[in-house]
Amino acid sequence: MNVHEYQAKDLMRQFNIAVLKGGVADTPAQAVEVAKKLDGKIWVVKAQIHAGGRGKGGGVKLARSLEEVEKYAKEILGMQLVTHQTGPEGKKVLKVLVEQGCDIDHEYYCGIVLDRSRGKLCMMVSVEGGMEIEKVAHEAPEKIIKAYIDPATGFTPAAGRKLGYALGLKGETLNKAMKFFEGLYKLYVEKDCSIAEINPLVTTKSGDVLALDGKLNFDDNALFRHPEIEAMRDITEESAQELEAGKFGLSYISLDGNIGCLVNGAGLAMATLDILKLHGGTPANFLDVGGGATKETVQKAFSIILQDKNVKAILVNIFGGIMKCDIIANGVVDAAKELSLKVPLIVRLEGTNVALGKKILSESGLKIIPANDLADAAQKAVVAAKGA
Amino acid sequence: MAILINRNTKLITIGLTGKQGTFHTLQSRDYGTNVVGGVTPGKGGMVHEGIPVFNTCFEAVKETGANAAMIFVPPPYAADSIVECIDANIPLIICITEGIPVGDMLKVKAALRGSKSRLIGPNCPGVITPGECKIGIMPGHIHMPGNVGVISRSGTLTYEAVYQLTQREIGQSTCVGIGGDPVNGTNFIECLELFEKDPETDAVIMIGEIGGTAETEAARWIKANMTKPVVSFIAGAAAPKGKRMGHAGAIISGDDDSADAKFKILQECGVTIARSPAELGQKIAEVLKK
Repeated sequence: MNVHEYQAKDLMRQFNIAVLKGGVADTPAQAVEVAKKLDGKIWVVKAQIHAGGRGKGGGVKLARSLEEVEKYAKEILGMQLVTHQTGPEGKKVLKVLVEQGCDIDHEYYCGIVLDRSRGKLCMMVSVEGGMEIEKVAHEAPEKIIKAYIDPATGFTPAAGRKLGYALGLKGETLNKAMKFFEGLYKLYVEKDCSIAEINPLVTTKSGDVLALDGKLNFDDNALFRHPEIEAMRDITEESAQELEAGKFGLSYISLDGNIGCLVNGAGLAMATLDILKLHGGTPANFLDVGGGATKETVQKAFSIILQDKNVKAILVNIFGGIMKCDIIANGVVDAAKELSLKVPLIVRLEGTNVALGKKILSESGLKIIPANDLADAAQKAVVAAKGA
Repeated sequence: MAILINRNTKLITIGLTGKQGTFHTLQSRDYGTNVVGGVTPGKGGMVHEGIPVFNTCFEAVKETGANAAMIFVPPPYAADSIVECIDANIPLIICITEGIPVGDMLKVKAALRGSKSRLIGPNCPGVITPGECKIGIMPGHIHMPGNVGVISRSGTLTYEAVYQLTQREIGQSTCVGIGGDPVNGTNFIECLELFEKDPETDAVIMIGEIGGTAETEAARWIKANMTKPVVSFIAGAAAPKGKRMGHAGAIISGDDDSADAKFKILQECGVTIARSPAELGQKIAEVLKK
């Protein structure tokens, strides 16, 4: 799960990670009110969307008067902000963060990611602040300094020194940076983050160490123990279909093709998309009905697939393990009848109770195109989608 | 012989008395697995479907001499069950549970270091040595005993591969589902090592996914150490970047964890690649003929 910058910064404050004073606003008038309460004569107005690259897209502006705060808030609120992470359609801005300005001395990068093969968290810093870390990793990997944190010891002063000295910090600034790193690690672990990225982390002329921007993602599997994080969910940032599917235990991702897919198991669902592409087709979605699907969830899956008007054919690919083929077959037949399915339906069943499942399909009176195996199913789906 | 499990394996199920635990334990027993006990705190002393139940792993191992555990415990408590099995010195722990927080698995990984236990999974279908022993949720009837080892991050896609083999009357030595989570107990390399040493395995199918670098590390290991042929498929060539494709671990975050990047390195390291998941059976047949 993803949160906005202003929410990430609220969490950082709870862990004594230094951030600038600021507040969130839904209207230009509110933005001015927020600015009035902050010290100083410059303010930054920042669009709040779940995507990076907001500055380049015109979503971050420096205001030198309260009039400018109002003017920029007016421009940004409601705009369709396009960045390299939003796709060409962009994202509508509904909130802005108004922050006080600061005197930047230097910009750095600081992030925490999971190192899967070591089974440890890795804190990374770089002197190349403001740049995308993937780009730095590609062009100048020696500029990224890493510390692996053992869960048994937690964050150690040694790790803090390694990272702080690598950035060339010293004295009081070094101490502040070490506190910053430790706070970020604590936040990551205690709130079950999946990504924490501070880009840029800045030192100021007065010797402070601050998070100028902040991105936090959270492990969906751990949200059950963090109702306070779940409460930060912004459903306007998420796909309505994906959310609806999630409520029924379905894992659905919308894609831009025309063949709707209904598969059991994430690996087989991915492989089904792959084989459609290999046969010259384009999948309209990824959909894993999971191992415990019932007749009702299969029906729900069909209705979600059919909400996508690009769908010209539907491919059902089931390898019954826990899932029994007859249950799927009943769900498919009911859904096809209830939704009076117009597009061609290709069904490939294999595994537990396959004979019974095939019998249910053939006796249903529906025009179902049966497929013998994976390749046959893909081929028939591609042909059907082209013919429609 | 095979690897990990055989007819001498003595299994206990953690979370035996739950619906899933009961169903799959009985399926495993019907297949021929020697199920010696189960653990459900508070239900010790009961006999469930003819299987003695214990309050703790420690008691279960002491009373039954179990050398393998299968875990069916809900995600919030599953990591605790794994740690309990490690403490009981169970040599093989197979965790089926999907949805364990990564933070919990990092602690489990720390507990595994220096222990006497090997963990398979979590979020996996389990392990089967066809004709001898099944520990997990895979449909037993699609398997047949033979000489091909299978390792996979996926469940149903593994069934697909096994089915293609059995259709061609090519049997399997052992099939291992290592799980779809970003942090798991046993990786591809450890399984490859076991198959390389196993006299009953002549070739291996390795099914990977987008996300992480486990397959590329395995590719380099294969080039340096493996004498037996390996056939590989990577799921997710059609997946968009940055989207989590069902499995918690299946997300492309950079250039080197995409399917194309993994296929390329596997091929460079001498692995036979199947660009289509429908070609796995055929490719294995080809390498076995050589």
